[in-house]
Amino acid sequence: MRTEIRIAGFGGQGVLMCGIVIAKAASLFDNKYAVQTQSYGPEARGGASRTEVVVSDEQIDYPKVENPQIFVAMSHEALIKYIDDIQEEAILLIDPDLVYQEQIQDIITQKKLQVYHSRATQTAEETIGKKIVANIVMLGSFVESTGIISVEAAKESVLDSVPKGTEELNMKAFEEGRKIVEKIN
Amino acid sequence: MTEKELFVQGNEACALGALKAGCTFFAGYPITPSTEIAEIMSNELPKIGGHFIQMEDEIAAVGAIIGASWAGQKVVTATSGPGFSLMQENIGYAVMTETPIVIINMQRGSPSTGQPTRSAQADMMQCRWGSHGDYETIALAPSSVQECFDYTIKAFNLAEKYRCPVFVMADEIVGHMREKITIPENIPITPRQMPEKTENYLPYDAPENGTTPMPSFGQGYNIHVTGLTHDKRGYPSTDDDQTHTQLVTRLCNKITKNTEEIVEIESQYIDDAQTIVLSYGIPSRSALTAVKQARQQGLKVGYIKLKTVWPFPAQQLQQLSKNAKRIIVPELNLGQVYLEVDRVLGKQAKVELIPKIGGALHTPKEILDKILEE
Repeated sequence: MRTEIRIAGFGGQGVLMCGIVIAKAASLFDNKYAVQTQSYGPEARGGASRTEVVVSDEQIDYPKVENPQIFVAMSHEALIKYIDDIQEEAILLIDPDLVYQEQIQDIITQKKLQVYHSRATQTAEETIGKKIVANIVMLGSFVESTGIISVEAAKESVLDSVPKGTEELNMKAFEEGRKIVEKIN
Repeated sequence: MTEKELFVQGNEACALGALKAGCTFFAGYPITPSTEIAEIMSNELPKIGGHFIQMEDEIAAVGAIIGASWAGQKVVTATSGPGFSLMQENIGYAVMTETPIVIINMQRGSPSTGQPTRSAQADMMQCRWGSHGDYETIALAPSSVQECFDYTIKAFNLAEKYRCPVFVMADEIVGHMREKITIPENIPITPRQMPEKTENYLPYDAPENGTTPMPSFGQGYNIHVTGLTHDKRGYPSTDDDQTHTQLVTRLCNKITKNTEEIVEIESQYIDDAQTIVLSYGIPSRSALTAVKQARQQGLKVGYIKLKTVWPFPAQQLQQLSKNAKRIIVPELNLGQVYLEVDRVLGKQAKVELIPKIGGALHTPKEILDKILEE
């Protein structure tokens, strides 16, 4: 089965890193096929940033995402910009503090989206004490709400990807993310 | 070392491939979307006693790698369109002086500075004809991260074997895409072929396959390296018709007469195919998806991927597609390799282009729609 995932936010939030960790988890630690691609402008920070991951049990020919079955949004701008081609009944995982859900209520109803909330940024800032790990909090929520990669693979992939000395911090962020995710509808 | 699996970017895979192939020297000018290659080489080369130099521009970058190659190093540079344009003069110099160099071009939207962070395949003809004069070239087009690794190694091996510039013509998508790669335990690496004796050594002789063993500076050989037309000793001889004809013909022949050995083509579903989608590089991933979808609908559609675009595998393609009535060529440009396909297959089949510019990859649907047009 082929699953198309899109993660979007603004540059500097670690959106790209989140996509890399998911794809690496699937491909190196869950023994599936995975491709991660990205789209970015010339800015290093700010601006809409997007990464896409395809996970499959079979070899992946076409590497891009056309109609995501999972969409993670960490900014309102990115949510509005990239939601149009989302699949029916897709999972929409958002940070409610950063997006105005009421503005996309029509598309949620029309496409019967399954909406999940993860207050990743606030949790990173207040519970963990480091805003920078918001992406790993979101990853925890992603794993919990979608099940597309295993918890073990996700953890191994995080440990394989983060700078030395930050492992404990990131593991805490990951576990917190698993706890705080809520299904809304 | 045992087999190793990594999850990396195409650019990283190119750098790892270069190091695996024995590269000890990189000179370049970082440019999006190839910058990661320079970054990795700058980190890794000093660790193995190699050298990394950030040059003032890409003209100098190719100058430096040519010099280092003559000093016995295996060399590479990486760039994108604007840098590739600047490199053209010295590419001709490498051709004329028979210097093994590898150039990786992560193609981006163009002309000029165009779209730094978007994909294109619009430098394919520049790669073939960009420097002045009659010459032949070798170009490989990876469509996956694994191929970025494999083809970079192959580029080094071919450069050594034929003493010429070899191009890895990738693109922004494959350069920035991440996939799992497997690094095998044993990879064949072609070493520099050194001459056996210093006496009576002719650095530009014309042996069987057209390639003369190459010494390094400092080994005791008397060598003259020049872009001027030269004799077998390397001495300039610019007003003799014969010398020029022999030299330039040999330089072209050493590639064209070895086309069969150099080129690699991948094909699937070809035997009964009435229509063939022929592509190279990243669009071949969309092409394969579209061909599989067409087969599911019961259509007799085949798939050909050129792993090597130059030298152009004319005879091989004529043979492979002899039963086909239509050839569809998707490219990330407004029609470049398509012209060559039409030249070679136009008499036996109808050749149709699916051009695409702007930065995105053809979707499988765009290719399937073209297949279904007839």
